[in-house]
Amino acid sequence: MWLNGSDLQAIWLTIRLASIVTLILLLIGTPIAWWLARTRSRCQGVIGAVVALPLVLPPSVLGFYLLLAMGPQGPVGQLTRTLGLGALPFTFWGLVLASVFYSLPFMVQPLQNAFEAIGDRPLEVAATLGASPLDAFFSVAVPLARPGFLTASILTFAHTVGEFGVVLMIGGNIPGITRVASVQIYDHVEAMEYTSAHRLSAIMLIFSFLVLLALYAKRPGGRRD
Amino acid sequence: MPVLSSRRRASSSVSVEASFAFAIMMTLIPDKTSEVFKTSEVCQGIARKETTMKHYKLLPLACSFLLLTTTAQAEKIMVAAAADLKFAMDEIVASFNQTHSHGEVQVVYGSSGKFHTQIQQGGPYDLYFSADIDYPRELAKLGLAGSEVTPYAVGRIVLWSNSLDATKLTLESLADPKITRIAMANPKHAPYGKRAEEALRATGLWEKVEEKLVFGENIAQTAQFVQTGNAQVGIVALSLALNPQISKDGGYCLIPDKFHKPLEQGYVITRLGAEKPLAKSFAGYMQSASARTIMVRYGFVLPNETTEK
Repeated sequence: MWLNGSDLQAIWLTIRLASIVTLILLLIGTPIAWWLARTRSRCQGVIGAVVALPLVLPPSVLGFYLLLAMGPQGPVGQLTRTLGLGALPFTFWGLVLASVFYSLPFMVQPLQNAFEAIGDRPLEVAATLGASPLDAFFSVAVPLARPGFLTASILTFAHTVGEFGVVLMIGGNIPGITRVASVQIYDHVEAMEYTSAHRLSAIMLIFSFLVLLALYAKRPGGRRD
Repeated sequence: MPVLSSRRRASSSVSVEASFAFAIMMTLIPDKTSEVFKTSEVCQGIARKETTMKHYKLLPLACSFLLLTTTAQAEKIMVAAAADLKFAMDEIVASFNQTHSHGEVQVVYGSSGKFHTQIQQGGPYDLYFSADIDYPRELAKLGLAGSEVTPYAVGRIVLWSNSLDATKLTLESLADPKITRIAMANPKHAPYGKRAEEALRATGLWEKVEEKLVFGENIAQTAQFVQTGNAQVGIVALSLALNPQISKDGGYCLIPDKFHKPLEQGYVITRLGAEKPLAKSFAGYMQSASARTIMVRYGFVLPNETTEK
């Protein structure tokens, strides 16, 4: 076989992680994006900035705080313990939690832009036709924002696949649980198994290119202002 | 392709990469942070902003920064040291700098395997202290060494905890169900991890504890997993467990060295450092009485064959 068992395991784990994170973020990110797009609240700036933080924050900062927060003395760690969930670091769900933070802006910002682009008018029309705000959201806003949902999901998935620093800090490198493809590549390089590193890296490169191609190819060509 | 078109437009006056990086910076900094993330429009945004003139005004500033970083090159060497040396080496460098005021020794700590790879790829290190003497020996075979490979210490592994009384622990107690997480360095490439795995296998415990193991990237990260309370026990270097800052919170117990191959550690001057007098004098200093005292204090066993010149 071209890839060995642990490589395939790492790829499968990465896909599983990215899919779950994308689903969770669709559920969490959509209301946040909707609120950010429509609110006139003074908190909008603050929430918008918090959502955007992972864009500029070094993954090590996020990893460090998560390690402390999810540890037995940390607030999250104490919460998960009282809930009987145990400690989160070095677990798959710990990675999921970290990735939800890490990829949040990649879901929220495209969605927010898509919602903003709809404008007030279609929703006002829906309201005059007797649609409740929830109904208007699902039957008017969501269909209109469909390209936004697609872009946001692709970006979130891809960004989670590309995650490395945070995983290295809170993952503990456990095969099948926290050893994702990026970490597996790192291990191959560290152990000087360049051939294996090349194979996995090539797969990541092609994957990333195809994802971006999917994003860019569906856009009409030329400048758009 | 928006990326390509933006590059073509930019390449006229300034270097492509610089202007590209600048455009990214400039799109990130202004007030419209959210606009940056109009997803696939990121690159188009760059293309648009790049054509405006205001960004070029900042270029002289950026260039002067570049100049500043390249001119300050007095006598300075860069040492790559295995993470287990962290505390001992800090002290040795401090005492070396007291007696040698004319130069500056900078130390980078990390995993021995990583430095080995980096030096092969032209890493900027003049001296390489590896937790496994095989790594520098391999470099020497490849013609990348600027000196003989010299053994400087033999390391020991310990069980260390800051939540349990580790002095009462034995390797067998790792199988205790009360211990749910055991941290060790990655046995795939970290010397201390390799020895830890050998010890666990020699005592027949590997299969029993495998589920509980978490792997640190190097021995320092392994200690950090224990220090943050995320693993109850760690198999770390004695040299780290002996640091007062770390040992105040818990105890350690030595893992008998009959269970694993010796952690023979060695250093070498790299080809890059071969011509630098400071690299030679620092290497020599490692053999001095004061450096050796520090090493012993941190639990390193010194090699029998002293190579004092």
